[in-house]
Amino acid sequence: MAQITEPEGVPAAWPERRFSRRAMLRAGGAATLAAAAPAALTLGELPAEASAPPGLALPPATAAIERLRVQAPEQALRDLKARLARTRWPDAGTVGGWEQGVPLARAKAVIDYWAKAYDWRRFERRVNALDQYRTLIDGLGIHFLHVRSPHPEALPVILTHGWPGSFIEFLDTIGPLTDPVRHGGSAADAFDVVIPSLPGFGFSDRPTAAGWTVDRIAVAWHQLMTRLGYSRYVAQGGDWGSGVTHALAELAPPGLLGIHTNFPTFLFDPPVGAVPTPAETAALAQITAFTTDGWGYLREMTTRPQTVGYGLADSPSGLAAWIYEKLAAWTDGDHAPAFGIDAALDDITLYWLTDTAASSARIYWQNPVTKRPSLNLPVGVSVFPREIIRAPRVWAERCYRNLIHFNDQIPHGGHFAAWEVPEIFVGELRDTFRPLR
Amino acid sequence: MNAPVTRRGVLLAAGAAALAAPAAATRADATTPGGSPAAPPGEIVPFQVHVPRGDIDDLHTRLASTRLPDQATSAGWIQGAPLARVRDLVDYWRRDYDWRRLEHRLNSLPQFRTTIDGLAFYFIHVRSPHPGALPIILTHGWPGSVLEFLDVIGPLTDPVAHGGNAADAFDVVIPALPGFGFSDKPTEPGWRLPRIAAAWNTLMGTRLGYSRYVAQGGDWGAGVTTWMGVQRPAGLAAIHLNLPVLFGPPPLDGPPTPAEQAALAQLTTFNTDGSAYALLQGTRPQTIGYGLADSPAGQAAWIYEKLGEWSDSDLDPDQLFGRDRILDNISLYWFTDTAASSARLYAESFTTDFRTLKVDVPVGVSVFPRETYRAPKIWAERTYSQLFYWNDQIPRGGHFAAFEQPSLFVTELRNCFRPLR
Repeated sequence: MAQITEPEGVPAAWPERRFSRRAMLRAGGAATLAAAAPAALTLGELPAEASAPPGLALPPATAAIERLRVQAPEQALRDLKARLARTRWPDAGTVGGWEQGVPLARAKAVIDYWAKAYDWRRFERRVNALDQYRTLIDGLGIHFLHVRSPHPEALPVILTHGWPGSFIEFLDTIGPLTDPVRHGGSAADAFDVVIPSLPGFGFSDRPTAAGWTVDRIAVAWHQLMTRLGYSRYVAQGGDWGSGVTHALAELAPPGLLGIHTNFPTFLFDPPVGAVPTPAETAALAQITAFTTDGWGYLREMTTRPQTVGYGLADSPSGLAAWIYEKLAAWTDGDHAPAFGIDAALDDITLYWLTDTAASSARIYWQNPVTKRPSLNLPVGVSVFPREIIRAPRVWAERCYRNLIHFNDQIPHGGHFAAWEVPEIFVGELRDTFRPLR
Repeated sequence: MNAPVTRRGVLLAAGAAALAAPAAATRADATTPGGSPAAPPGEIVPFQVHVPRGDIDDLHTRLASTRLPDQATSAGWIQGAPLARVRDLVDYWRRDYDWRRLEHRLNSLPQFRTTIDGLAFYFIHVRSPHPGALPIILTHGWPGSVLEFLDVIGPLTDPVAHGGNAADAFDVVIPALPGFGFSDKPTEPGWRLPRIAAAWNTLMGTRLGYSRYVAQGGDWGAGVTTWMGVQRPAGLAAIHLNLPVLFGPPPLDGPPTPAEQAALAQLTTFNTDGSAYALLQGTRPQTIGYGLADSPAGQAAWIYEKLGEWSDSDLDPDQLFGRDRILDNISLYWFTDTAASSARLYAESFTTDFRTLKVDVPVGVSVFPRETYRAPKIWAERTYSQLFYWNDQIPRGGHFAAFEQPSLFVTELRNCFRPLR
């Protein structure tokens, strides 16, 4: 895919804030296949290549839906610890706070904890107790969790994560969504949940060729829901999950009833009114802050995902800092991930063991920021208080012709809403989708 | 968590403050932040490089256990430094590259450190055998180093031995920027371009006692050199830039001419596709620094990408520079652990000081054909009130002019400064 730029005369003064247009929908195409009886497959040990550390090999996906059980080779965990133990540090720098990134003292503390106290096997036990699978869609093995509600009228929802998150973000929502009665809710609000890993992330395959746009992912997601036997469903996403979810809504496949987002894609090219309201002005200020100070990572991954990937593939401390900075900055906490260090390291270790730093970065390259069309399908929007950019209602009204839910009076939560405040997040989904059942 | 490599990996020569024969190299701990015990303020202390064996062994251990990412999903360099090339470079670095070779070469040169404005700076200082030689301070950039100028030292200082004329001789001073190479790493904010320029003027005028000198630079070096021109100390006779006008805003006056449009298009391309490294280093130098400090392959790729993209090499920097010279530069960043500290210069100065500045000191400009953008002469004329030399008809060379084309670079400096003698 050519890197598209649009010279527009005199370049803007720093910072660059022009967004590129990109290719639109890509036709997917894969026949739906009946799910075979799930077989247990264990992640095995990749044969060592020269001195490369042992990897977390995923069994090749097939058109069948194959159950996945995660078990990292012991050697992979030992290799990780060995690398952590020999971490070489940069100097402390010239600022005492977070203005230039993760402070040295914090980075050392995180690495120390990761090396000595963090327990990946605990996480493996947790996910292996859930129903997770892999299946081949459009030539790529897609990992997903699939938990059915005990309630027969449950509404299926596909929840899509973003970067630097993963399917882990939604783990604490599974119970409340699928079994509301046991979590302070009503059986009428039950969901079946499907939680995939994006291509190049987590336990999904890493694409070997370009082309996995959010549109192609949306097509794959619809195929997944169809393969699981769903003829009606809804979709939810924030961050990259929002891009995919919006693409799905644009696709408007039969059966998709509506979507919910906690990070609308219009934030990258907002429909600002002629006389901006105070909420618009505030949001514009947040956009300015993000595009001057907060998106260096995005610009680098959009333009040079391979180059930045070398350090991230080879250095767990480098990878940890890269991810941890966002978990600390974008959550509703005080310079620390709101969900705690173990959860943060679950996510970071997932990226490390699957060696998906570069492959996950490529989603930025593949999908440069661009304006998306308005949506006709029902849309619900939840604006969490510590989101990077808080969307004003007027923008949602201008971009979503059928805005069925808008809530920006939420007491807690940031960019990783489901992960940080799963109960509130679940409440937002219940409220949004209730009228669509 | 113990780190096997620290600042003690760099040796400082003990003793002698004068510019006499360098004292024997002894092992010393350079642990004092913001200053070296061996470079008391006001003194110039001879310096020798000796990376401990343990640091070299550690590098080899890391290289041997490098875990590379998977391949990019597009061919070529469009997503960054290609996997096959980085793999080959890392393999060569582990198996064939010899750091001691560079060390010996550096240690055969007069190297020094001196503290100016609270920070100890490393510099190479080679005097010409010819009396009346014109002193010149050459400033490198990122991801370069003093090494970019190694091959021009001889021709500049001893032109007769290099096909030139004694009348074109220079005394050469080559400092390392703060946070780069063997200069100290700042521990407080504030080492912006104007402060570095002032330090350079102090180095040349006060510390080395030159009453008349010139300055040259590309990349960050062009920024420092420009600010030296802005500060206009009495001793500064002229400056030369191979990256004029810096990164704008371009001095437009009316509808752009075709040459201006071409340059604007190049600047736009840089902004939209080629500048993320600068934005990232300018906002989060610490975060990106962790992987670069811990992974030599990561550090190598970070630098190698620019050596490929910005050079006149048709994306074959190995062919142009040779792997040894590439790895000399990368190894310097590695052994001094200066990935983060060098990135911080972007946080200090990239959006504030690296911009179009009017200069009234005489300015000479050489525009190499594959520079990131080719500034039209009119931009230089509008910016520099005494543009006394301009050449944009150079046959070869890119952003790393001296490093890529030392002969052509030397010719440019000789031709530029000849009228000032």
